Amino acid sequence: MARYRPPPIPASEITPEPVYRARREFMAGALALGAGAAWPGESAAQMVMNVSVVEKLQFRPNPRFSTDEPKNTFEEITTYNNFYEFGTDKSDPAKNARSFRTRPWNVAIEGEAEVTGSFALEDLLKPHALEARIYRLRCVEAWSMVIPWIGFPLGELVKRCKPTSRAKYVEFTTLLDPKQMPGQRFPVIQWPYVEGLRMDEAMHPLAILAVGLYGEVLPNQNGAPLRLVVPWKYGFKSIKSIVRIRFTEKQPRTSWELSAPREYGFYANVNPEVDHPRWSQKRERRIGAGSLWDRRPTLPFNGYDEVAGLYRGMDLRKFF
Amino acid sequence: MTTAADRWVRFGLKPLVYAAGAGPFLYVAAGIAGVDGVNLGANPVEEILDILGIWGLYFLLATLAVTPLRQATGWVPLMRLRRPLGLAAFFCVLGHFLFYLVVDRALELDTIGEDIVKRPFITVGFAALLILVPLALTSTQGAMRRLGRRWQSLHRMVYVAAFLGCLHYAWQVKADLREPLLYLAILAFLLGWRWVRHQRRLKHVAPAAFERLG
Ligand code: HEM
Repeated sequence: MARYRPPPIPASEITPEPVYRARREFMAGALALGAGAAWPGESAAQMVMNVSVVEKLQFRPNPRFSTDEPKNTFEEITTYNNFYEFGTDKSDPAKNARSFRTRPWNVAIEGEAEVTGSFALEDLLKPHALEARIYRLRCVEAWSMVIPWIGFPLGELVKRCKPTSRAKYVEFTTLLDPKQMPGQRFPVIQWPYVEGLRMDEAMHPLAILAVGLYGEVLPNQNGAPLRLVVPWKYGFKSIKSIVRIRFTEKQPRTSWELSAPREYGFYANVNPEVDHPRWSQKRERRIGAGSLWDRRPTLPFNGYDEVAGLYRGMDLRKFF
Repeated sequence: MTTAADRWVRFGLKPLVYAAGAGPFLYVAAGIAGVDGVNLGANPVEEILDILGIWGLYFLLATLAVTPLRQATGWVPLMRLRRPLGLAAFFCVLGHFLFYLVVDRALELDTIGEDIVKRPFITVGFAALLILVPLALTSTQGAMRRLGRRWQSLHRMVYVAAFLGCLHYAWQVKADLREPLLYLAILAFLLGWRWVRHQRRLKHVAPAAFERLG
């Protein structure tokens, strides 16, 4: 294709400006809080320390969990999105999410855990060192991208919530706000969007909560300000704009599963052996690969074989 | 008989319809060539497939709208637009199919075969295309004359093709059925129109004919 594409930004040159701004905001949040304990069990001193740690370690690249495949451009990642809250066309979210307000933002922690309540996003993020991870993303629609996320392991947050022994699953919910999210004014699927993971999946080091990409604070159309990224599962599992995290004993009923149970399962692991009823999952098209003919084999677990152990003994045709 | 209106349709509207038929192809070509202002997005293959598919459907519905429009307006020269619209539909759908085979699927025989047999939405689209082939081939004046009354029965198959085309679209969307249902509603209106007129004719014309026989 002769289409102009901005040159890809090497990881080493990730623009620090928005990052810097974001850091300022985290800092400001922490200072404003003063001694009021934001996170039960943590002293103000710890909090301040954490902020400085965040500042120093922010966006440390994590090569161990990163692919060295060529990344998709910022433009591709931010103009081709499935985010039905902002419309069902791939180009809708970039247009309709422009004025979406992501601050202030609260996340409710609920259910089978010792630490529950409503937390300001800044407080939720404070203790976590952010990493850059370059992951493959495989959409259930048989296309894929390579995206440099900025985030932190979901497992770390889960641990801090001290889930009880009854917590078997983690359920996530997207914001419900039809005023801001025009897609929610029509029941294309059940709103608000709900997703979930089994506890061991949530604890896997590959599962992250992302707050940025390409070194910038997450653009609205990519699920700002907080989204899940589970790279071995189809993209729809990686829920966007999260406002609630709930620990449950029962398997959450997820939006796509409710909408079409034959087509979208709870697990939704990338699997070339299990076709979608309406299309093959054997191969995929890598967006921006340069050739119109790019059709590459889809790998089990999207190439993240290290998660296979989570599903040992399970019939992945049944639990698709 | 060449009235002014007839000339206007023949030399004004008809070339316009042919140009419109070439439109989707020109747009796609411009996108591939990287012409400024034509943006096929991050996934040009899907976009091209969708453009050709949706325009195939638009032209198919437009073809079916010609007769009701003529009946409603009494403007007979409109009938001259039926063939160019039908051919535009056929070529868009053919392009859609070839693009699917050669580019979208890069001629992967395994997944294409599976698709046509196992995936109802593809099976249905394929059936629609197969129906359109003989219709395109017999769309000339010569074929019309040769086939006589059989031409009309053969070309009624376009109703089936249009229905299958709508079904194909409705079946492949993930969740948002609003657009395909709109086209199904338009099709229902266009076919309903014919049905109502047909019923009226049976009521009024047929008894009259029997009386004459009697
Ligand atoms: C009368 C015949 C046909 C019509 C009217 C038609 C029309 C359409 C339309 C309207 C769409 C949706 C476009 C959109 O999302 O905007 C579509 C999608 C599609 N069609 Fe067809 N089609 C026909 C035949 C076929 C045939 C014969 C095949 C292949 C064997 C085919 C393969 C596809 C595929 C794979 C898609 C999905 C594209 C995607 O993923 O977005 N179609 N078609």
